[in-house]
Amino acid sequence: MSRIGVFTCHCGENIAGTVDCPKVAELSRQIPGVVHSVDYKYMCSDPGQTLIKEAIKEHKLDGVVVAACSPRMHEPTFRKAAAEAGVNPYLCEMANLREHCSWVHEKNEATTQKAADLVRVMVEKVKHDTPLTPIKVPVTKTALVVGGGIAGIQTALDIANAGHQVVLVEKSPSIGGHMSQLSETFPTLDCSQCILTPRMVEAAQHPNIKLMTYSEVEKVDGFIGNFKVTVRKKAKKVDEKACTGCGLCVTKCPNKKIPDEFNEGLAFRPAIYVPFPQAVPNKPTIDTANCTYFKNGKCGVCSKVCPTGAIRYEQEDELITMDIGAIVMATGFKLMKTDKFPEYGYGKYKDVIDGMQFERLASASGPTAGVIKRPSDGKEPETVVFIACSGSRDRAKGVPYCSKICCMYTAKHTMLYKHKVHHGQAYVFYMDIRSAGKDYDEFVRRAIEEDEAKYIRGRVSRIYEEDGKLIVKGADTLMNGEPVEIKADMVVLATAVQSQDCSEDLAQTLHISYDKYGFFAEAHPKLRPVETNTAGIFLAGACQAPRDIPETVAQGSAAGAKVAALFSQDELTREPIVAVVNRQAPPLFSTCTGCFLCQTACPYQAIEQEEIKDRSGRVIKTVAKVNPGLCQGCGTCVAFCRTKAIDLAGFSNEQLFAELMTL
Amino acid sequence: MSSANHHESRPDTLAARVKAATGISLAQCYQCGKCAAGCPVSEEMDLTPCQVLRLLQYGQDKYDEKAMRSAGIWLCLSCETCSTRCPQEVEIPKIMDVVRAEALKRGIAHPKSKDILAFHRAFLDSVEQTGRLYEIGLVANYKLRSGHFMKDVMLAPKMYVRGKLGLLPHMIKGTAAVKRIFKRTLGSKG
Repeated sequence: MSRIGVFTCHCGENIAGTVDCPKVAELSRQIPGVVHSVDYKYMCSDPGQTLIKEAIKEHKLDGVVVAACSPRMHEPTFRKAAAEAGVNPYLCEMANLREHCSWVHEKNEATTQKAADLVRVMVEKVKHDTPLTPIKVPVTKTALVVGGGIAGIQTALDIANAGHQVVLVEKSPSIGGHMSQLSETFPTLDCSQCILTPRMVEAAQHPNIKLMTYSEVEKVDGFIGNFKVTVRKKAKKVDEKACTGCGLCVTKCPNKKIPDEFNEGLAFRPAIYVPFPQAVPNKPTIDTANCTYFKNGKCGVCSKVCPTGAIRYEQEDELITMDIGAIVMATGFKLMKTDKFPEYGYGKYKDVIDGMQFERLASASGPTAGVIKRPSDGKEPETVVFIACSGSRDRAKGVPYCSKICCMYTAKHTMLYKHKVHHGQAYVFYMDIRSAGKDYDEFVRRAIEEDEAKYIRGRVSRIYEEDGKLIVKGADTLMNGEPVEIKADMVVLATAVQSQDCSEDLAQTLHISYDKYGFFAEAHPKLRPVETNTAGIFLAGACQAPRDIPETVAQGSAAGAKVAALFSQDELTREPIVAVVNRQAPPLFSTCTGCFLCQTACPYQAIEQEEIKDRSGRVIKTVAKVNPGLCQGCGTCVAFCRTKAIDLAGFSNEQLFAELMTL
Repeated sequence: MSSANHHESRPDTLAARVKAATGISLAQCYQCGKCAAGCPVSEEMDLTPCQVLRLLQYGQDKYDEKAMRSAGIWLCLSCETCSTRCPQEVEIPKIMDVVRAEALKRGIAHPKSKDILAFHRAFLDSVEQTGRLYEIGLVANYKLRSGHFMKDVMLAPKMYVRGKLGLLPHMIKGTAAVKRIFKRTLGSKG
């Protein structure tokens, strides 16, 4: 006969307000197998836990039911208390009297009766509980950081500085990301490249960081501490070891009319190229889609001029498989393109550009060497209109959210423009100015008060061309919606921040969740902001939601700290609530028939095949086996198993039926 | 609808005049509306203080003129409730003075300004001549200037009985100094 103790919590008035707790305690005492039952105001408090521990010792309890809140809240608290008093923690269960009863019912007899029933159910479960031991899994102390922008660089540096190995994977030929394209950064107006490039170099030179540029994550298997990751190292067609980075091939390449991605299409680059002068690594890559040699087999100039013979036309993509302990996603964002705006000319007006293009125009390393010239005729624009919320907070364009960075960078743009074109006038159409951040609002006020940007509150409804000017039609909602028309020389759209095109595929490759906009989902919006729901995979930067640089860097460091904490242990402890295949001895008696329906059903790829062999090594049966490191205890396999050969530890069929039978 | 693009740096905008005369930058105003919310006469105004400021922020003739033609600027009492409470420390009464003076200069002041101006002038005359307020003189002066001869006449006996209307002005000692102040600030009569 069991010796079970029932501890009913009032939770202040949360439970006791509608449930008669002393009555529940009294009714519980009458359940067969219960030898002790009390109620108390706050069971989770220190005295409450002491009460449980002392009762376990005094009454020699072998099972505990705490009738209180949801197990999501305090199950660890009470299981720890039970363990301290010598009871296996998995013999301590919680009856949820708060979320499942007191909060959702009126105060009356029936509510108290339901509470008593919930306790009865859990007592029955405890009777069928078996002691479980947490699962230990080893940890591979190498981290994979996906994305080489500022988020990934920061994360990689922090993990590497903590003494662990990092593989930094970047899909383009150089690390640096969007930040390397920016001219200046808000709210200090310091040069973006000047503050970023030292970090890029540091990442490249760090002995603990292995840089893999022009590479993409192809496949991810395994589980926390034990991932197996396959990375596709795309062929650069250049032998990185032999290449000295002299740049002769780049200057001699005859095909120089390819729109330059780094300059957002405002300049051209050759088919063999280094994305930008401070690129890391500073070795060229052949863009095979645009290379004459790869199109028709002729040319080969780069190979002829290369003094070290580093050109490798025959080089193939490489697939590299690595053991990885933790993964940090830092894949960043993309900007909505101007062709998404029919009302602003469908991207057909050359002088209607997006924010990143303006960054390139203002950048000293840009196509105009930092002189503001409009793309159509290279003239200096005397009136520039900036339109905030271009596509953001626009349900019709599928982006109801705020892109967060545009208010600030638009203010910055007006300042950069005024600093370069003193007689110019910047107009900003905005809906709200969202400048929450240290020194942010002051920065926006500076743009308005010192650099004379004129802010007009209202959205622009249309832009059209007339006599070489762009007519911008809006309204001023601070003047009773008075229509405003501005003849502009150039218009800059602060287009919406969106998730990368590849984000959904990548999320599926990694088995992490994402929201309807393709941004990766955090485990908890407040308390677990850099973790995903998949253990061992973390997030940093704008792949999760629109973020500015300070936040991205903070998140990168946060993800780095999470990885460092994970790597601080040699073994991981996991909850033993996992599926188990019936294997009573002799193994031949396994009721598993090897149909492997469970394998197809398992969302976590946790089911493996195992061969049962006889003494001579002959395979007599192939059965399912659960990898306890991967299993998340969802129970899908249990429902699928036709021979009832799989059961879930802690939630066995026997236990659940016993619970139901009491009602 | 505005069509031309004028820039604030242009010296002939009202905003530029405000800046030159008072040192206040119109760009400081972020249109929170606290001035209009607290103004004791804003309910009577066709344009509230923040609306006047918004018009001036554009730096366009059309909007400048709209501000100058409004009646609201004449209702401002310069009580300074707005500037006391303004989070951006914009001294609106000073701006109103510039706008009113400019409106008079261009001859586009709202008709409502006539009586208000008559009263202002009568008051200033009294101060200039006696160094302080001389009630009967002020009343007579205002009636002459405004043409409202019989308005509020029935109040006079009551006020006289209570000693509110002295027959003769009380001169201060330094009237000559006061006259010099007037001359210095206004040149001739402003």
